[in-house]
Amino acid sequence: MKPKFLTALLTLVLLANTALAQVVLRMTWYDDGQEGVVMRELLDRFEAANPDIRVVMDTVPFAAGILQSLPLQLAAGQGPDLARIVDLGGLSQYLLDLRPHLSDPDYWEANFGPFLDWMRPEGSDAIPGFMTQLTVSAPFINRTLFDQAGIAVPEGPTTWEQWAEVAQQVAEATGTPHAMVMDRSGHRLAGPAISQGAAFFDAEGHPKIDDAGLRAMLQLMIDWHADGLMNPDVWIGAAGQYVAGNLPFINAQVVLYMSGSWQVGQFTNLIGDAFDWEVVPNPCGPAACTGMPGGAALVGIAATRHPAEVARVMEFLAQEEVLAEFYGRTLFIPGHLGLAEAGIDFQTDLESAKQALNVFASQVPLIHPTAYALQGYRFNRVIFDNLRDRLTQVFVGELTLDQALERMQADIDEQIRQAGQ
Amino acid sequence: MSILATLSSKLAQGVYVLLMNIFGLVMEPLQRLIGVRRMPYLFLLPNLLIFGIFILFPMVLNLYFATTSGTALFPQERPFVGTANFERLYACQDYFNPVTCQEDRFWRAVHNTTVFVALQVGGMILISLTTALVLNRKIVARGFFRSVYFYPVLLSPVVVALIWKWILQRDGLLNALLVGLGQEPVQFLLSGTWAMAWIIIISIWAEMGFYTLILLAGLQSIPSELYDAGAVDGTSSTQRFRHITLPLLMPTMMVVLILALIRSVQQFDKVFVLTGGGPGTATFLLVQYIYSTGFATQIPRFGMAAAASVTLGAVLLIATIIQLRLGRSSERHLA
Repeated sequence: MKPKFLTALLTLVLLANTALAQVVLRMTWYDDGQEGVVMRELLDRFEAANPDIRVVMDTVPFAAGILQSLPLQLAAGQGPDLARIVDLGGLSQYLLDLRPHLSDPDYWEANFGPFLDWMRPEGSDAIPGFMTQLTVSAPFINRTLFDQAGIAVPEGPTTWEQWAEVAQQVAEATGTPHAMVMDRSGHRLAGPAISQGAAFFDAEGHPKIDDAGLRAMLQLMIDWHADGLMNPDVWIGAAGQYVAGNLPFINAQVVLYMSGSWQVGQFTNLIGDAFDWEVVPNPCGPAACTGMPGGAALVGIAATRHPAEVARVMEFLAQEEVLAEFYGRTLFIPGHLGLAEAGIDFQTDLESAKQALNVFASQVPLIHPTAYALQGYRFNRVIFDNLRDRLTQVFVGELTLDQALERMQADIDEQIRQAGQ
Repeated sequence: MSILATLSSKLAQGVYVLLMNIFGLVMEPLQRLIGVRRMPYLFLLPNLLIFGIFILFPMVLNLYFATTSGTALFPQERPFVGTANFERLYACQDYFNPVTCQEDRFWRAVHNTTVFVALQVGGMILISLTTALVLNRKIVARGFFRSVYFYPVLLSPVVVALIWKWILQRDGLLNALLVGLGQEPVQFLLSGTWAMAWIIIISIWAEMGFYTLILLAGLQSIPSELYDAGAVDGTSSTQRFRHITLPLLMPTMMVVLILALIRSVQQFDKVFVLTGGGPGTATFLLVQYIYSTGFATQIPRFGMAAAASVTLGAVLLIATIIQLRLGRSSERHLA
């Protein structure tokens, strides 16, 4: 009896010591689709191999959790140990430099190099994290509606005006409520605007909104909303926040949906083969046929009390074979140069998903330099959010286009001035 | 069972006596030290501390933030700019035309909030009073109806907003009803006028139960003999309402008015979930302006948000003082 009791007591003490010695890291996460499940499985594998570290995933809403709450937490010196973020430049001052803790920084520079600049403070050579996905914006179409309408899907370089006309014809022929929908996002609008010739910056690199290219694109949006081509529930029906237009597309209520590559995983699950959906190349304007690059990164947070442990988690997740599995299962475009070149074995049998990923990949070389500059600009959300909200006021008649452009510039200048104080 | 009840009662008594004795061990020496007269302040101290830390201190800090600029979160890192935030906030060529104002969204929010408060509070008082008058009468299933009107008060504002969003949206219940009656669907949430009307209606529906309860209590405190005397004198029900009910209910009405006004000005959650402040800025209220300026942008403008909240607080304070004075003069007139 005594030896058994002593053994049990010893086991209890050892377990307690292990629990006490275990470092618990918190990771703030958001989901576009099912990637949280994949990440959790990878972390479970890491924990099994590294019992001294436990990673707790806090999955939060994208807008309220990642865009609004997280920056405040970080500014207050609080927050998680790791986070999946999209505002790479804006939060760069709060990110942990993993370089001193990495066993092979050269691997990171070689494979994540161009994207590291998006997350670094200016002039820094820090390695804060890696891209969980590279994204490209481009339109999705409901191919089944085109087939039902007996209208051919345009091929070759096609303008936004032509796409709008064709989508409207399909909508009328099939009784679909609206021809098009776009995410309520300045980022989504920026690609088409750049195609129309919008420059977004002056010669000194300061944000300058009003030019012929942007006006042309904004006028198209105004006309589409006025004519009923564009689903109004997304841009007009909401205010002051990001709203995705995915639900009308998933429910086959629109013909064309301007969004991006992060939707592929979600559509694979939620649409599946309910109807044929595919991605089409970005429509063209006088200046380009471009979408917007973007993405999300998993980063370490500078305020963490466990930088070495954070680096161990990151090194595990950034391994080529681990990332290949992550990208393959989540259907995300790889933000790893080596894997992008070698190719990813995307784990889907759905033809729509495979086609979509191939088209998105083909759009990457066509991304305009202005789009890269805008995505890499530290205060790009200031531009995107003001563009979005002021344009909505034009849709409902609160402002004219001239007044809206004037207000956008004034809002951007004021916010950037505040940031400089 | 009775033995169990007796034992439980004795146990509870014993625990109470024990706790009071422990309490007394601390309080009696303290009372001898500071005196009986000062003991009430000691009992008030915990609440005052909580009030000071969680209400008074943040108010003072907010006032400081309103006179500073920049994006730093910590007060010591924020540059002092005096009244610059207030000057920017109030810079307008025409206060009735937000387009002419530097902070046009603030003034849109002011206009929207003024309309919302005027209609919502007015409607709330009227409907709550009417409901309380009906519920004060001997009607069938009075208890049931008293509960039913209170149920929406128990719901979370987010739940209320989501339910009504499902009713009002393009393919919602209301449009299904309209289409079924052979009418055209109405885009309630895409029209500025409809959106404002619905947030007023929904907030009245969600909150009237609370005020009805207060007014009902006020009605029940009016002595019935006054109505009997009025009936004997041959007064009509309208006259009894005007000369007995209204004057005696006035103190309660003032409380309801102040509470409704404060709550109305602070409206945010239901509107944010239902319309997000849209379409455009048609239902963009003051608290949403403060939230979006201070928290929902990449570059938060804490100073401007604080200045707006100080303005809001000052207006509420003035409105409350005016109401209290009016209420007191009405009570003196009644006496």
